[in-house]
Amino acid sequence: MMRIHIKEGHLIDPANKLDAKQDLYIADGKIVGIKKKPQGFESDVQIDAKDKLVLPGLIDLCARLREPGFEHKGTILTESLAASSSGITSICCPPDTDPIIDTPAVVEFINQRSRDAGLTNIYPLGALTQGLKSEQLSEMYLLKQAGCIGVSNALSPIDNAEVLRRSFEYAHSCELTVFLYAEDKALKNNGTAHEGAISTRLGLPAIPESAETVAISRALLLAEQTGVRLHFCRLSSARSVSLIKAAQEQGLPITADVAICNLHLTDMDIADYNSDCHLQPPLRSERDRAGLITGINDGAITAVCSDHQPHDVDAKAAPFSLTEPGASTIELLLPLMMHLVNRKELKREKAISLLTSQPANILNIDKGSLETGKDADICIFDTEADNSVNKTNLLSAGKNTPFLNWELQGAVTHTLLNGKVVFDRSKPD
Amino acid sequence: MTGNSIQLDKNGNLKHFLSTEGLSQSLLQKILDHAESFASVGERHVKKVPLLRGKTIANLFFEPSTRTRTTFELAAKRLSADILNLNISTSATSKGETLSDTLHTLEAMHCDMFVVRHANSGAAHYIATQVAPHISVINAGDGRHAHPTQAMLDMFTIRRHKKDFTKLKVAIVGDILHSRVARSEIHALNTLGVLETRIIAPHTLIPKGVEELGVHVYHDMDAGLEGVDIVMMLRLQKERMRGALLPSEQEFFQRYGLTSERLAIAKPDAIVMHPGPINRGVEIDSSVADSERSVILQQVSHGIAVRMAIMAMTMGRSADDIGETE
Amino acid sequence: MSNEININVLVGEMAEAIQVHCTDRGYDKPLMIGIKRGGAWVAKELHQSLKLSDPLGELNIAFYRDDFSTLGLHPEVSPSNLPYDVSDQHIILVDDVLYTGRTIRAAMNEIFDYGRPASITLAVLIDRCERDLPIQADIIGKTITLNEGEHVKLLGPEPLTLSFTGTEK
Repeated sequence: MMRIHIKEGHLIDPANKLDAKQDLYIADGKIVGIKKKPQGFESDVQIDAKDKLVLPGLIDLCARLREPGFEHKGTILTESLAASSSGITSICCPPDTDPIIDTPAVVEFINQRSRDAGLTNIYPLGALTQGLKSEQLSEMYLLKQAGCIGVSNALSPIDNAEVLRRSFEYAHSCELTVFLYAEDKALKNNGTAHEGAISTRLGLPAIPESAETVAISRALLLAEQTGVRLHFCRLSSARSVSLIKAAQEQGLPITADVAICNLHLTDMDIADYNSDCHLQPPLRSERDRAGLITGINDGAITAVCSDHQPHDVDAKAAPFSLTEPGASTIELLLPLMMHLVNRKELKREKAISLLTSQPANILNIDKGSLETGKDADICIFDTEADNSVNKTNLLSAGKNTPFLNWELQGAVTHTLLNGKVVFDRSKPD
Repeated sequence: MTGNSIQLDKNGNLKHFLSTEGLSQSLLQKILDHAESFASVGERHVKKVPLLRGKTIANLFFEPSTRTRTTFELAAKRLSADILNLNISTSATSKGETLSDTLHTLEAMHCDMFVVRHANSGAAHYIATQVAPHISVINAGDGRHAHPTQAMLDMFTIRRHKKDFTKLKVAIVGDILHSRVARSEIHALNTLGVLETRIIAPHTLIPKGVEELGVHVYHDMDAGLEGVDIVMMLRLQKERMRGALLPSEQEFFQRYGLTSERLAIAKPDAIVMHPGPINRGVEIDSSVADSERSVILQQVSHGIAVRMAIMAMTMGRSADDIGETE
Repeated sequence: MSNEININVLVGEMAEAIQVHCTDRGYDKPLMIGIKRGGAWVAKELHQSLKLSDPLGELNIAFYRDDFSTLGLHPEVSPSNLPYDVSDQHIILVDDVLYTGRTIRAAMNEIFDYGRPASITLAVLIDRCERDLPIQADIIGKTITLNEGEHVKLLGPEPLTLSFTGTEK
């Protein structure tokens, strides 16, 4: 195995309160030394990280790789490539593939493809109910045995509260975290945009804030009753943050994440019927966006994910409500987080923890930090590089970015997975 | 904000007519002035002018509507254009052929204008972004968003009766939530400088944040009609009873139906308008609909002149205007 | 050059000529129509001096112009106004300047869309003696010739004066 010496980089590891210019030594896929060179270490490769940030490999709590079932939108190979070019070394993917991840065979297929690509660690979530139909429980134990890291019903709502209760109870007995996207289908009422002055002006069917808050409240009461470890996926409203904060203060094992788009964009951005801003959950008001940022700084929200949803061109080529929701974001996750740091909305250490140590805690995996003996999953980031967003330089098969023509700062120069360089910007191909 | 940039060409002429929002007062007045000229054409022996001879207009109706389609067809014929009627079911486009495919097929047939009706908000806007630069798009109603030609024929009718917009108080009554007509009327009335625009409906039929469009909201019909010059009634669709928005037509009529007694609360010379077709005994009483205060039938005949004016203005741009690339 | 032309004198002469023209042909109660805008001003003067009993008609030929596709919709927006039925009537069509003949063609097309007149007599204040179309005036105030690039335009309505542009002297 390769021995790598990362020289003179600025190491940031929120898990260990590390924030200093130090050297890093890697051998046999593990970190073998920080600052101090291990005895007898001789490097095969040196990476000059002067003036660059050296971070734990990023952990993305939600990205759709579109395989199996939607290969015209992306594949495990194309999307892992996009991910590794942006410093992401671990991806948690939801079960709404086709076939759905509700049998061990699908998990094995994804794991095989992931090994073939060899670019990222992929952690599938198993279906919470069979076929995501919200009727029968899935074989959660078998899914866990096959490698599922948690269970989720993806974007399919569970109308029946009894089913929700029992699925929580059963997941709890399997010691699985439930990843819940909270949305009340009836209150959503086929809406496609945040209920407010913008949706009124554009005449778009509206999604009230209560579509989220009512679903969260119900799930919180059932979580309290069942004791399940519950993670809320993709909060969109400020009011939801306060509900979750109250539950956490009560001592419930509740966590929550937010998608990067909801930290940058608001319903104002759809004002031109921009279908690339058709998202689920919807972009809400500036007050909501600010509330989500506050939720992060308060500690109620502990992870930010890309919620990457690559689409083919046709999926977005229609009047707004007829387009498929979702944005291609995986490559911009870190630059967009650093943008929030530059705008002083988040502290740098906090921003990095949201992409590393904290999602690792949510997934309960031994990753997301820079410690001797840990897997050498590393991201090296050049904060000074220009990063202007255009469709031609996106590696993802999905070019549906709402950030077109944004001038971001910073780009990943190297990504290491288990001590192996899987991306090197200076070596194209 | 929705597309005043896309509606105008580089010289500020009307290129597409997608929404009354974002257009200047002088442009709206110009549409009404031109409509006045075309209205006189309708009173002649031969009701046709050769203005758009040799042009082809495609009526693209993704949502069925005989009334609106017919008035556009008549307007096009009176301008001597050739007209192509295409009723396209949305299910057909969702399978296989995309909307873009349909548009490019029609472009290949050398159409000069698309008149678009679609059940989804923003459809006309989307189509305008997709077509070749020489093609004009007119919105004949998109979802809940806009029905700008209906709003302009309403403005034309108001101007014929009231002359000065700046002294008027206008009440729009009924299902504002689902109404593209109401949204287009609100923008047009405010741009033309009316004193006050009111909307009157129960909470269930008022969209959130509508005040930001520049209206005062009333839930009580009598209070809302006090002192208004124009009462614009909206059509109430039967399916609203099913969506838990209203209990029954009878109850709606009791609370929001326009009767002679209620009309007496408005100004003595107030006129009554309705985009049609009317539901007698649901939003309006027959005695009001058929009274001399009602200008509902005039609205229909003005619809042709207003649509002729808009078609002539969007297609009647000079070579310099059209030669732009956007 | 404009100083050499007295419009009032020309209009007086035209009125006389129209009178003679109609009497010769037995046109009883002819209808007068002016083409907007200059022709309508001239027609108003003629209508007054001839003391015609029927009101003056006005044509806005914007919808009949043959340059629509290159020049676009004409900004002149006041509508045509023919407050009578033209069918079987003798029409005196009045314009300010007769040049290519295209305006007259458009005006005649429009008149026929109102009905089928018995006859049309064309009266113009100025005839530039150059045509694209086979159209001649019956009554002419004054004939002038201009060089290429020169234009004449009637200004009005009060007072009526002729403006010459593009004249290099």
